[in-house]
Amino acid sequence: MSQRKLNIALEPAAAKYRPLALTPSEDLKGYIASHLGRAILFFITCSSVLAVLLIFFFVIREAFGFLTHFSLLEFLTKTGWYPEAQEPKFGALALIAGSVYVTVASLFFSVPVGILAAVFLSDIVSFKIRGFVKPVIELLAAIPSVAYGFFAVLVLAPFMQKKLGFPTGTNALNASVILAVMALPTIISVAEDSISALGRELREASYSLGATRMETIFGVVIPAAHSGIIAAVVLGMMRAIGETMVVWMASGNASQIPHPWWDISQSVRTMTATIAGDMGETVKGSDHYSALFSVGVMLLIMTFFLNLVSEYFLTRAKKALGK
Amino acid sequence: MRKIIYCLTAIMLLAGSSVSAETLQLEGSTTVGPIADAFAEYFKSIYPDLQITVKKTGSGDGAAALVDGRCDIANMSRFMKAKEFEKAVTNGIFPVAHVVAMDGVCVVVHPSNPVKKLTKAQVRDIYMGKVRNWSQVGGANMPIVVVSRDTSSGTYETFHGLVMEKKEMAPHVEYVNANPQAHARVRTTRGAIGYVGLGFVDSSVKALEIDGIMPSRKTIASGVYPVTRPLYMFTNGYPKLGSMIHKFCTFYLTERGQELVEEKGFVPLTNY
Repeated sequence: MSQRKLNIALEPAAAKYRPLALTPSEDLKGYIASHLGRAILFFITCSSVLAVLLIFFFVIREAFGFLTHFSLLEFLTKTGWYPEAQEPKFGALALIAGSVYVTVASLFFSVPVGILAAVFLSDIVSFKIRGFVKPVIELLAAIPSVAYGFFAVLVLAPFMQKKLGFPTGTNALNASVILAVMALPTIISVAEDSISALGRELREASYSLGATRMETIFGVVIPAAHSGIIAAVVLGMMRAIGETMVVWMASGNASQIPHPWWDISQSVRTMTATIAGDMGETVKGSDHYSALFSVGVMLLIMTFFLNLVSEYFLTRAKKALGK
Repeated sequence: MRKIIYCLTAIMLLAGSSVSAETLQLEGSTTVGPIADAFAEYFKSIYPDLQITVKKTGSGDGAAALVDGRCDIANMSRFMKAKEFEKAVTNGIFPVAHVVAMDGVCVVVHPSNPVKKLTKAQVRDIYMGKVRNWSQVGGANMPIVVVSRDTSSGTYETFHGLVMEKKEMAPHVEYVNANPQAHARVRTTRGAIGYVGLGFVDSSVKALEIDGIMPSRKTIASGVYPVTRPLYMFTNGYPKLGSMIHKFCTFYLTERGQELVEEKGFVPLTNY
């Protein structure tokens, strides 16, 4: 060991270190500072919760005028949406039906593809490929919806008219296909996360009992992850139902319920497109304005309900894993 | 290091406020928008310090902006509705209309469609859903795809008032939100019928004769074409003489202004 000279000037310890006993003013300052800090952080957190509650409050307040003057039953059961006519008619059934048509049809396309893709990524393909493909799929979610809308109107609509022979290319089918592509990243991500979280033990146990790969996937893995998969589907549904730009451009905006009910090659109008399309021109405070907010209330109720359902299934999934 | 950041932030904030040039805000119709754009470009070339912004969000939006005091000039392809006028007066805004050009709402179909002319009553029947197939009006056996502008558009108001005679459109009518979209739908759909302003009629769509009159500059300027409408710019009161707003609103009377209106495909008011 080499001898080194200590260059540190040694000072009395008391000058450097804080005494253990606090003076009264320091004590008070500390108390106020810690409680003030807590209050500020609490306030900031509350303001974000408050923002959500205020959205509900304001939408309902603006819609109130309509709900008191016009009958809710007519709003929910009639199909004539003529808000600017001499005798305004506010029948939102076609709009609600349009939203439902487009969402259900998009789930029809995206759920099988999404779940199978999630299974493929988690169970079949190597970790390296999964590590590459998953971020790419999540990139799909970052494409702006207006870009999808352009694609729908300029490419998909003429394709449908020429190759599939539909009279009109902007219809429910067009909007559904695009919404399916938009909902896919959400469904794949969440489903894949919940399937991978099951762990190796479950699969190893299944293989050790002699099950084939297919039997393991469809008989053990998917049923075990069913809560997470349902949550993924509901989240995808929320994305589809709330989408505005794409349906406004691609669905044709005809406020009708398709004539043979299964004919999705006819044009429909969704609630979101109605709000976006009509909002610009309505005179503030008029019946049309309140009617649009009522449509907004319906939309909020539906998405809120779907949110609760997805939360329920997500908690069930987490609980099942925690066991 | 911190001082540098403070200095840079201060400079950036000051830079924003140093633009003390005059500004002119226009908002409103997508039909009148191109005319306002052309005027704005010319004005910027004479007054380089002038900042003009033209927003094209629909006649209804333009009226709302003028009523709220958010814009200097509201471009509208229809006259202000009674409700908008009342709201304006309650807000202390007294709208004055300047007619800057004439526009014809042309009914267009796909170029491959053999139909060349329709009567107003036939167009009305098509939009009301009484006629669903082109064979009923002398065309091929194809279902009619009916395209309309959305209800916030001045073009829709004109069409609704002059052709539909305020009757309701059928539920299967598709709505698009701007002239270019209506043009694109008719251009790409063989069985489509739609309506656009004269400025949007080109060789990729076919304009029909209505009641025997073809929409053209002459028939629209003289008002002979049945679906003609004036295009307005609304200001708050008559603009102060000599102010930029006044110059902008009376530009259509000059020869250069009329040339610009014509270039955009509309019909100037006078025979310059």
